[in-house]
Amino acid sequence: MTEQWHVAQVVGTTPVTASARAVTLAVPGFAGAVAGQHVDVRLTAPDGYQAARSYSLAAVGADERVELAVDRVPDGEVSPYLVDELRVGDRMEVRGPLGGWFVWRPEDVGPVQLVAGGSGIVPLAAMVRARRDAGPEVAARAPFRLLYSVRTPQDAFFADELEAAVDLTWAYTRRTPPGWPRPARRLDAADLAASTFAPSDDLTVLVCGPTAFVETVAGLLLEAGHDPARVKTERFGGAS
Amino acid sequence: MTESPDGGALDGNALDGNALAGPLAAVYAFDVTRALARCAHCGDVSVVACAVVFVTAMGTVARCRECGEVLLVVVGTPTGTSVAARGVAWVRA
Repeated sequence: MTEQWHVAQVVGTTPVTASARAVTLAVPGFAGAVAGQHVDVRLTAPDGYQAARSYSLAAVGADERVELAVDRVPDGEVSPYLVDELRVGDRMEVRGPLGGWFVWRPEDVGPVQLVAGGSGIVPLAAMVRARRDAGPEVAARAPFRLLYSVRTPQDAFFADELEAAVDLTWAYTRRTPPGWPRPARRLDAADLAASTFAPSDDLTVLVCGPTAFVETVAGLLLEAGHDPARVKTERFGGAS
Repeated sequence: MTESPDGGALDGNALDGNALAGPLAAVYAFDVTRALARCAHCGDVSVVACAVVFVTAMGTVARCRECGEVLLVVVGTPTGTSVAARGVAWVRA
């Protein structure tokens, strides 16, 4: 399954923010995805031109279903189509599930610190959902915290669901809700000290976001004493 | 055929080795992104998922996170996918 392109059909779309939406695909034969994995999506124009992009899975567990959440990149080649044009019944090609490094499995033991920037929340949301769906025993042996950096409250993906499922700290970078104690600013060392697990031998840290965000956060984590081998990162270069 | 996982083709931004999983799955039966690889140029050993990856219409180039030299190049053609890994001294699964 993994190495081959398979025909996928759109079976649902749901708005996530003003610039993003969730897309559910039916993909016969797609199974066994792990939270954090991605798929490659390939579109073919009527003239035969093809464009492919990687998108993280927003949820796992429903076999033969692929759940994506795509943010529109204004000058992008693929994402505006997926966010604005795609309709139920449309077809595309999918390859995956892919990637076995930036993942979390319910059998993994130990605390997990998630740090998301913008739409980098998507693979981390899949992990939060997988832990929630695995039940209280798994949740007890794998404490999760999520630090989620977004521009404004309106830019947050899955806010209510995440707040219900995980110990979540918001970090707004452009505009906060009224009366919010933390001024809008980029994530810094003080945020990490106040709102993330301290370094420990069994802690796993997973960071996902735009390249500059990931590099800043990873640098701050190492300065704070985290073991580089326990900090996993995934960056998107402003996926178009 | 134009294959460009993620947005690198348009904006030149670097991705990371996670994005190699799809292109490499066309050639290797195991998930190479989880493997350790040693840079043949500077000797840095790291997980392939941590490499710096550039995607272009011509193919996917993975560079060493430390020295920037080319580790491997993945090129898709109408007859299949080829991987040139001259910059990798060894891979350990």
